[in-house]
Amino acid sequence: MSDTVIQVENLWKEYRLGVINHHTLTRDLQSWWARVRGKEDPNSQIGSVSTESEDRFWALRDVSFEVKQGDILGIIGRNGAGKSTLLKILSQVTAPSKGEVRFKGRIASLLEVGTGFHPELTGRENIFLNGAILGMSKADIRKKLDEIIAFAEIEKFIDTPVKRYSSGMYVRLAFAVAAHLEPEILIIDEVLAVGDAQFQKKCLGKMENVGKEGRTVLFVSHNMAAVLGLCSQGVLLEQGSIASKGKVTDVVSNYLDAISSSSRASIADRTDRKGNQQLTFTSFELKNSDGQIIDNVRLGKSVDLVFKYQSSAAAELRNVHVAIGIHGKFDENLFHLSTSVQGADFEYLPPSGEIICRLPQLPLQPGIYCFNLFSTVGGEISDWLQNAGTIEIETGNLFGSGKLPPPDQGPFLVSHSWHYNT
Amino acid sequence: MNNAHGQKWDKIIRPRTGWFDIHPEELWEYRDLIGLFVWRDFVSIYKQTILGPLWYIIQPLLTTVVFTVIFGKVAKLPTDGLPPFLFYLSGVIAWRYFADCLNNTANTFVGNAHIFGKVYFPRLTVPVSVVISNLIGFGIQFLLFFVILLYYYTYATVIHPQPAIFLLPILVIQMAVLGLGFGIIVSSLTTRYSDLTHLVGFGVQLWMFATPVVYPASSLPEKWKWILLLNPMAPVVEAFRYAFLGTGMINLQNWLISLASTVCILIFGVILFSRVEKSFMDTV
Repeated sequence: MSDTVIQVENLWKEYRLGVINHHTLTRDLQSWWARVRGKEDPNSQIGSVSTESEDRFWALRDVSFEVKQGDILGIIGRNGAGKSTLLKILSQVTAPSKGEVRFKGRIASLLEVGTGFHPELTGRENIFLNGAILGMSKADIRKKLDEIIAFAEIEKFIDTPVKRYSSGMYVRLAFAVAAHLEPEILIIDEVLAVGDAQFQKKCLGKMENVGKEGRTVLFVSHNMAAVLGLCSQGVLLEQGSIASKGKVTDVVSNYLDAISSSSRASIADRTDRKGNQQLTFTSFELKNSDGQIIDNVRLGKSVDLVFKYQSSAAAELRNVHVAIGIHGKFDENLFHLSTSVQGADFEYLPPSGEIICRLPQLPLQPGIYCFNLFSTVGGEISDWLQNAGTIEIETGNLFGSGKLPPPDQGPFLVSHSWHYNT
Repeated sequence: MNNAHGQKWDKIIRPRTGWFDIHPEELWEYRDLIGLFVWRDFVSIYKQTILGPLWYIIQPLLTTVVFTVIFGKVAKLPTDGLPPFLFYLSGVIAWRYFADCLNNTANTFVGNAHIFGKVYFPRLTVPVSVVISNLIGFGIQFLLFFVILLYYYTYATVIHPQPAIFLLPILVIQMAVLGLGFGIIVSSLTTRYSDLTHLVGFGVQLWMFATPVVYPASSLPEKWKWILLLNPMAPVVEAFRYAFLGTGMINLQNWLISLASTVCILIFGVILFSRVEKSFMDTV
């Protein structure tokens, strides 16, 4: 037990909704003056029993876990699961409501790159400023200065005010500072979702090294590929509590199971949808070329994605655009199907009915794929669902050889032929 | 800090407890950050405006000219027998530093919400660095005052600097601490009462007229003089004038009272500020 460096014990965090900055001095004085004169408070809500009846919301419920030295811990979960709240508490930006967190060693947290950058100052000056905000001493920064500048690849512009930087240079500089912090514990939020692909790779490499040097990293991300690649341990948060913790591969697969089970729920029952609901999708089915409902798609066969919809006004819908974004296991986008790309936006649709998207074949490796569903009516977002449903693809004899390429070589199965010339 | 396993922990994060959970020693740990904030403020002011540091001189000069015309020539307020320009300039410069400290620290939380939401450092570093950066402006303005004072000292005989001149550092610290204290109280309150921000600038203006800046304390009717006892800035401005110009109504007792209230305001401000800094991010 001696190598535990972070111990989170029964952590709770409560947010009060509805009391956010609604006070004004004039109103409070009004209320006070009314009380002094024994009159009714002009600002009290009619029918409200007490002023403390506002909504309370537990963003974290009884969260406990431990992190050992040298671990790279991935914290995953859906939006609103409490990841950001947990990070804010660990970074001391806000205090918990109950519970304790104990640390060993210096902590630096990186919820954002470039916090406190001042546009008028030069790159060099901002390195000092940003470094100090992140907790480095001037002497530390001076020692690392050359290394930081080299990592950011901006030697030529280091004495130019950062307001003249391109956004790529800005992000590189900001990350370079952060990457050269040398705390025993580093807390990182999605900052890797910035910069170009090559620089992202460099950052991931840098973080891996941090782990190898025996320092501890807490990493929050939606990018399951990055989490699997970097982390050894994982914590899955669901509605403020820990749903699963342990080996990162187990935790990630629990997370993905949870996502796909929620997307199996009927579309009509979903409440987490966006848009004005002028058109609302009510169900999703897969049908084969004979019009029969099927559970999964046989590789290489034609399939129809059938969406029943309902118009809110029970009136004819005009100018309807529908798009489907298919993504894979790790939430990575695979491809996009859209009426407008096909020049096939619906000018008229009856008040209710079915919209069908026909795929002559779905050339993907066998497995489960999720999709997002998006629609606009007259240019305004009408119904938008993340993880609207799943499509399972069953293995089949696509190439006529009975063989498929190894799954780790990518999800797409492209038909092709070989020949030779003499 | 031991737990059941007998381990030593470097840092424990707990829910907000009590009113006295304050850690002034953290300011010292983060002294490099304070220094860099000060330097940032100075460099950005210097780079951003065309007039740069010249602005520090133009502002009090213009104010003094306006005061000389309105209160000296038109309203004909007494100036304790001093040349009106010098009288108003001394008041303006002593007052300005305090007022700048208050105004510039009063939006600490709201103005820095973005940074405060992303990274932890002792929040007090921000107002403390503001007070120090304002010192640079004060230094420039004080030099201006000193040059003009020398001119009058050489060519006019009405000026009698006193040994109290050596109290200047204490007076400046008191102005800074008062401005900081009130500023952090206001900034803590603005997290709850957002409309307070609009009142601050106006309130500071009014306060100036309750302080012997445009009139000498000696010109107040006897029955109103007690008001000056309530205003911790009044003895500071009077003492400043007495030290450099040799006029003014200052006694040790009044000054000690104002020193004591300055310390109280600072302590109250720090306690309030520390309380707000822990919950502030949940309310914006």
